[in-house]
Amino acid sequence: MAFTLYSLIQTAILCTNAIAVLHEERFLSKIGWGVDQGVGGFGDDPGIKAQILNLIRSVRTVMRVPLIIVNSACIVLLLLFG
Amino acid sequence: TMDLPHHGYRATKQRARAAPPQADPVLFEDTSSSASAMNTQGYYTPGYNMGAPSSDMQGGAGMDNLFADPMANAAMMYGSSLANQGKDMVNKEISRFMSVNKLKYFFAVDTRYVLKKLMILMFPYTHQDWEVRYHRDTPLTPRQDVNAPDLYIPTMAFITYILLAGMALGIQKRFSPEVLGLCASTALVWIIIEVLVMLLSLYLLTVHSDLSTFDLIAYSGYKYVGMIFTVLCGLLFGSDGYFVALAWSSCALMFFIVRSLKMKILPSISADSMGTGSAKPQLRLYITVATAVFQPIIIYWLTSHLVR
Repeated sequence: MAFTLYSLIQTAILCTNAIAVLHEERFLSKIGWGVDQGVGGFGDDPGIKAQILNLIRSVRTVMRVPLIIVNSACIVLLLLFG
Repeated sequence: TMDLPHHGYRATKQRARAAPPQADPVLFEDTSSSASAMNTQGYYTPGYNMGAPSSDMQGGAGMDNLFADPMANAAMMYGSSLANQGKDMVNKEISRFMSVNKLKYFFAVDTRYVLKKLMILMFPYTHQDWEVRYHRDTPLTPRQDVNAPDLYIPTMAFITYILLAGMALGIQKRFSPEVLGLCASTALVWIIIEVLVMLLSLYLLTVHSDLSTFDLIAYSGYKYVGMIFTVLCGLLFGSDGYFVALAWSSCALMFFIVRSLKMKILPSISADSMGTGSAKPQLRLYITVATAVFQPIIIYWLTSHLVR
């Protein structure tokens, strides 16, 4: 398994895309991972599920615009250079 | 009153290359003050002290001699101030991404530390005290504390591993420059993956440890020392030597990682023990053990193709 840095960038883009397309009301709420189902206790240590939901929500919020730009660039580059 | 500063200035530069231009006292005053100001900024204005001898005064005097043109002097001053602005801006931008002081802490090593650390990496069973010592809330530099992580050994070990991989492939007549780059980027990608997985698991389990990203990079990079030892033994003693060295360095590295990370990840007695679930210490133990077990796997993966 020989990795190049290019394959690392590809993996990162694909994984971030995968996390960003998880729709809030169509999918996450249906399986009990919605925004309102994560915040449990108000202690100083939220559980694993709350952390994961937080992570998904923050990736969606933060990376929405950069992902649009990066995906468009990838599409153009792949069309041009195969 | 103009003569007195002239005299003082001239008196101190007996060893100047040539006599300064006598014609323009205003020019003389300007460049001496700005020349000394430029020189005190150190070595960030390269090329302006053309042929400058060691002392600052003489540098100023030399510059006087080379540029009799006031426009060139003004341009030089402007260029040096522009260069300083650029330097400040670059420093500011870089320090937004990573704190350079924190990085400098990891490279503050000396020979004694490196030798002791290498010995601990290869034979950690006799090391007694694994606690990282602090000095008023800041961790001690690696120079003063053997247990502190550093980035010098991982960087050097990584580069040595790449060179050694090239040599091993050359011995087997399988060398080409692309393979070297491939080997280097594969190893780098594995480090990045491991650090990201560690960061993710530490975040998900809300382990409030003081392990920064650089600490994790350092602990990830220590396995390269074991890899170098393994590859060397494999090259020198053949396949049997390779497996013996692999077993030895795997055990040593696993012991080292577990002992080092146990202090940082597993909670101390006085931590938040408000009954936050008995699953927590177990999960933290799982993280530590999983990190330790991951090391031999990756060592085998990255070195087996070098020693056939």
